[in-house]
Amino acid sequence: MHMLDCPRCGRRPLDEFAFGGERRTTASPIDDSDARDFDEVWIFDNPDGLTTERWFHAAGCRRWLTVQRDTATDTVMA
Amino acid sequence: MVSEHVESLQPITWQEPRDSYDVVIIGGGGHGLATAYYLATRHGITNVAVLEADYIASGNTGRNTTIIRANYAVPEAIRFYDHSMKLYQGLAAETGAQLFYRPKGHVWLAHSEMGMRTEHGRCLMNQAMGVRTEMLTPAEVRELIPQIDLTGGGRYPVFGASHHVEAATARHDRVAWAYASGATGRGVHVLQHRPVIGLLRDGDRVVGVETAQGPIHAGIVLSAVGGWVSQVAAMAGVRLPIRTHPLHAFVTNDFDQGLDKIVASTELACYVSQTERGQMLIGAEFDSQPSFSRLSSFDALRSYSYKITMLLPFLRSMRILRSWAGLCDISADWSPIMGDTGVDGFLITTGWGTWGFKAIPAGGEALAERIATGRTPDLIAPFGLDRFRRDHVLADQASAGTR
Repeated sequence: MHMLDCPRCGRRPLDEFAFGGERRTTASPIDDSDARDFDEVWIFDNPDGLTTERWFHAAGCRRWLTVQRDTATDTVMA
Repeated sequence: MVSEHVESLQPITWQEPRDSYDVVIIGGGGHGLATAYYLATRHGITNVAVLEADYIASGNTGRNTTIIRANYAVPEAIRFYDHSMKLYQGLAAETGAQLFYRPKGHVWLAHSEMGMRTEHGRCLMNQAMGVRTEMLTPAEVRELIPQIDLTGGGRYPVFGASHHVEAATARHDRVAWAYASGATGRGVHVLQHRPVIGLLRDGDRVVGVETAQGPIHAGIVLSAVGGWVSQVAAMAGVRLPIRTHPLHAFVTNDFDQGLDKIVASTELACYVSQTERGQMLIGAEFDSQPSFSRLSSFDALRSYSYKITMLLPFLRSMRILRSWAGLCDISADWSPIMGDTGVDGFLITTGWGTWGFKAIPAGGEALAERIATGRTPDLIAPFGLDRFRRDHVLADQASAGTR
């Protein structure tokens, strides 16, 4: 992956962006609130496949964008 | 032309799998093979299988930049890696293998006052733990590394460095081979091309593994997987504080002058050493985004080359011969995770990020003791998965040499 599409700045080099972590798309199945807090602070899904992420355009518009990426091949889908 | 000492390679005995073992280890890399070796040699437990999805050392054990050092910044880590280095120093004599273990010294450059404080703190902590690490002035850096540009290409001036005197390199595939040979010679089974696709459960307990070729029962299952550890742990219902990022590395053609030291920079996040064949071996920071792709990228080569040629300008005239990538399991506090998982019958050794090779002997020895005795050795007790819940994390990013 070399480029990301920023909705405001257009197609820009990946170096300009900072990875901001995966976006959890479903509500946590953990019932206990302490356990759920722990999970949200420390645990990563670390999926091998399609994932939805937040990226920060640090050297551009300095706003956040949502990216869909396949981590198996490191290719941006949308 | 360096002798490859092919004649000193010891045989590995390949066996057909049994239906059940006392211990099944998932992952035929350094940590898995070393655990099997120490189970056999230290505890007489030989009804053990190591299952490898590909061929042994095909993952990070054969992909890392082979640096062995103990100059970490938290006491628990210094003690652990120092013990690992001591085991490495005796490993050739113990196994009879030619490992190309070469003490070189690790020079960690600082390019700012803040970097100097980091290195100074590291020195003091190392010395307090009995590890020889000393501060160097820029002039002393030049004495040890005559090829260095102390102005850092005008952008990264060398303010000084810490020098970890005992740091070394060794040939990674030889280490894996030595442990595999020593283990199989005592009856351990090493089974290649046998990917684990599930875990066998009896209630909450893990009682074996499902492989692509059929089930294998086990008293204890240890995951020594690099790369897909989150997926293997998920089979046991264990969620990990880990993200997996690719790290790239490359070698150049032969450099005939010789670079004696391992040269690294925390602030630039890059490191270089010379291999036994004379090639310059260069690595740097891992990709900021997690992924499981092991394709080498031009972006990484360009970024690494830019940084390292600022410090060692002679590298500009070298050519890149080969490049590759490995998958680094980066834990939330940049320290490894070893021992119990909270699931009976399922242990783990992971979070080896970019720092796993140096830890192979101590990690294997300690996991073998945990499996054999049921008790977690003091050396690795601080590295348990439960430390995140106990709020006793071992934050040590500055000692990873990457980011």
